[in-house]
Amino acid sequence: MSPGTQGRRTPGADLPGHPDRLWRSAEPKRAYDVVIVGGGGHGLATAYYLAKNHGITDVAVLERGWLAGGNMARNTTIIRSNYLWDESAGIYEHALKLWEGLEEDLGYPLLFSQRGVLNLAHSLQDVRDSVRRVNANRLNGVDAEWLTPEQVKEVCPIVDISPDVRYPVLGGTYQPRAGIAKHDYVAWGFAKAAADLGVDMIEHCEVTGLDVRDGRVTGVQTTRGPIAAKKVALAAAGHSSVVAGYAGVSLPLQSHPLQALVSELLEPVHPTVVMSNAVHVYVSQAHKGELVMGAGIDAANSYRQRGAFHIIERQMSAALELFPVFARAHVLRTWGGVVDVTPDASPVVGLTPVEDLYVNCGWGTGGFKATPGVGWCYAHTVATGEPHPLNAPFSLDRFTTGKLVDEHGAAAVAH
Amino acid sequence: MLLIPCPWCGPRDEAEFHYGGQAHVAYPEDPAALSDEEWARYLFFRDNPKGLFAERWSHTAGCRRWFNAVRDTATNEIHAVYRTGEPRPVIA
Repeated sequence: MSPGTQGRRTPGADLPGHPDRLWRSAEPKRAYDVVIVGGGGHGLATAYYLAKNHGITDVAVLERGWLAGGNMARNTTIIRSNYLWDESAGIYEHALKLWEGLEEDLGYPLLFSQRGVLNLAHSLQDVRDSVRRVNANRLNGVDAEWLTPEQVKEVCPIVDISPDVRYPVLGGTYQPRAGIAKHDYVAWGFAKAAADLGVDMIEHCEVTGLDVRDGRVTGVQTTRGPIAAKKVALAAAGHSSVVAGYAGVSLPLQSHPLQALVSELLEPVHPTVVMSNAVHVYVSQAHKGELVMGAGIDAANSYRQRGAFHIIERQMSAALELFPVFARAHVLRTWGGVVDVTPDASPVVGLTPVEDLYVNCGWGTGGFKATPGVGWCYAHTVATGEPHPLNAPFSLDRFTTGKLVDEHGAAAVAH
Repeated sequence: MLLIPCPWCGPRDEAEFHYGGQAHVAYPEDPAALSDEEWARYLFFRDNPKGLFAERWSHTAGCRRWFNAVRDTATNEIHAVYRTGEPRPVIA
């Protein structure tokens, strides 16, 4: 894939064309066994595994806009499992293993590309924390290596490793099995597979209330009328606080805009994914050729899907610090999504104080990578009424017991 | 990008400010008497409305003083700013 072998081929010419309609946009029935609130990646994956693993097919996925048009359409598609704690390694590595067989399982191309991820270290403390995380990863069966600056340069030749810059690269962790996938295809693959198993995809159907009787949820109110449900599973990302609030459930979340940007299409120059907590940016190159960059959330709470320009400016100056070669690239597009952030940078997945009402939220800035893993575990939780062992540590009551899963270090740039 | 009217300095660019989250969260009067649930609520749970939200800002690149604002998180419109210690104004 070196630039020389590409000739004058149009960037993206080898990508599959835009598909015909892959699922039926259903009319809502009066009642379902399970109603999933939120038709993003997590909601769709949950629907798929409910049908496939548990034989529960009387399921509706309700989406207030169009399917996968929220954060699933806005994320930077990074997939990795190199988190610090055992609990996180468990669920993220489960997800990564599912990613590795997902194209075959769904029968749909996802352009899953295991091009690796580099997390750079720029200070002695960074180095110590990173080496500790590599060791923790290995103990958990997660592939991880510590690379010297020269080895970083071998993996990604365009990284500036000169020692006389403001934040010199002192090394980095490398997870070779990490990578990227095409987010739209992931959503379409799950939606198609779930619809084929009998799940109803109901678009333009906003949930405006939750019916609770005697401490038990019985259905949802929507802009397309009331729908009864034996179980309701929330997967509403940035709007989780609003939806859970309809049932009187408060969640330890703050909703913030998270911005990202792409450059114009360029020849392949960036062979991997590079993240830097200290310099504060993450960069990869999409299959089509755009450089994809993201950084931290906008500080102020907001439900607007846009953020402030000074955040973008800082992202770009951070990228230039690491990749001087980007100096002449142009920004093609910037955008934002609304992410739900928890105090410990770990998600909330499991039961709620309301019977038969389940919650999956708090993935903050990093939910995409978990899509198949959380779908698998959340479906188990909803189907059996008991948390899957891999999401049990992420229960809502950890904020009362104090057993937090503090992933501020490995959750990376955004927190 | 927000244009934030600092009560002392007037309207300034958002980049001059530091965000402080929800306003009017009082330290517990008798911390030793709190149950685990009450501690959890005080430490980890903050309002997250889609709508009017009373929040704290510090004008770090200006007068360096803290103040409060009522902002609509659905539109980002700032309805009021007021000094620390003053009650939250009622927005019609």
